[in-house]
Amino acid sequence: MINIFIEMIKYAFISRAFFAGLIISFCSALIGSSLVLRKQSMIGDGLSHVAFGAASIATMLGFAPIEFSIPIVIIAAILILQLNQNTKINGDAAIAVLSASALALGTLFISINQGTNVDLNSYLFGSILAITSHDLNICIILGIIIISTFILLRRQIFAITFDAEFASAIGIKVNTYNIISAIICSLIIVVGMRMLGALLISSLIIFPCLSALQLSKTFLQNTIISAILSVTCFIIGFITSYALNTPTGATIVLVNLFTLIVCWVYNKLR
Amino acid sequence: MTILQAKKLCLRYGHHYAFKDLSFKLMDKDFLCIVGPNGSGKTTLLKCILGRIKPTSGTIILNNELKKHQIGYLPQNPIFKPAFPASVYEVVSMGVLNQTRLLSRYPKTKIESALKTLHVENLSHLQFSTLSGGQRQRVLLARALAASTNLLILDEPSNNLDYSSKQDFYNTLTELNDSMTIIMVTHDLDHHNLIGNKILSLNPKLPFFGSTNDYVRRIHD
Repeated sequence: MINIFIEMIKYAFISRAFFAGLIISFCSALIGSSLVLRKQSMIGDGLSHVAFGAASIATMLGFAPIEFSIPIVIIAAILILQLNQNTKINGDAAIAVLSASALALGTLFISINQGTNVDLNSYLFGSILAITSHDLNICIILGIIIISTFILLRRQIFAITFDAEFASAIGIKVNTYNIISAIICSLIIVVGMRMLGALLISSLIIFPCLSALQLSKTFLQNTIISAILSVTCFIIGFITSYALNTPTGATIVLVNLFTLIVCWVYNKLR
Repeated sequence: MTILQAKKLCLRYGHHYAFKDLSFKLMDKDFLCIVGPNGSGKTTLLKCILGRIKPTSGTIILNNELKKHQIGYLPQNPIFKPAFPASVYEVVSMGVLNQTRLLSRYPKTKIESALKTLHVENLSHLQFSTLSGGQRQRVLLARALAASTNLLILDEPSNNLDYSSKQDFYNTLTELNDSMTIIMVTHDLDHHNLIGNKILSLNPKLPFFGSTNDYVRRIHD
């Protein structure tokens, strides 16, 4: 496996995708614990569809997809939170409405803009070929922002995840932290979509946390195990996809699924 | 020393009053039980005291030494995910967040002192979700105590506790009351006669604020 890895890294586009993937899988695991434990797992799925819609519009208009998508996905994330709190539309219904509408818009714009069918596939299912040096730089900058925000606010994030009512009573601004979480999630989705695709990126947020939940007793443990599993599954999936010539995103997700099954069985047996 | 004073508090939702012209005063080391039927505004009143709901009119004045967010609070029926990965220590640590800056460390002594006072220090490494109902309430009370050693606000804390756990819990509250003020919403009529020195009744048929003894006398009259 090490030989295959050394062979892979020789290609510049693969090494770019590898480092971008490491950052994305680590960051997604950090935010995943809070989202999964608050039953907001599907927010990642909804936002990835919004990111797809935004990226297709950007392609048609000739803008850079990542830069164009980031503000749109952040607005969508805040909109989902607001819809969830202030109206009669439930959180999951709000996500479904936004995600289906964005997917429809994205498909429509791509069909209007003939000759971009290759991009449609790469946005939906991801492509390691799609990661440019520019994308990697954005990934590194966003990764630094996400990791430092998480380290700084980890105690507040835990408090809101565990008991938002108490957190609010002791003066933690729950809405502000919800928006920060949604922004972090949006950033991960947008940068991750290039490699894993809109349909699969949310799995990076959900799977590692679910696996870690089978093994952990504390929130700190859960976050650390989740991050380790996420990065490990990414590396195994990445190398396997190269060795077996399978789609990278799908392979990484299946490795994550296998890990979840193993952790679940271990938890049941112990 | 006056800890809290409410003056002519009113809270209105449309045409409906949650409560109206409510005035009361709490001194240091008072133990106030708030009673009343469902929907009489007990929890809403607590939220006003906590600053989470703004009353339509009237004021709540807290003692100058008591900052708004340094109040220990135990919410009503907190719902926790069954397998939530949180240790008892992590749960109690939440209480000191209101006294901790972003980059500074938790004040460990406060957390350990709260754990010790509630006799749950031996549970600190356990997963919160594996505890019994009584143990969980003690841990949540320790969290409230870590947040404040001046004023505790408890919203129906004896819900879902069996008789012996309830007795045990009330004994602990009585001990804590030796050094701090407590406000507790309760439905537990068998017990509120036995605990606390003041009663605020939000029952529209029997509005009352005064000593527990006077309230008992008034009921029997």
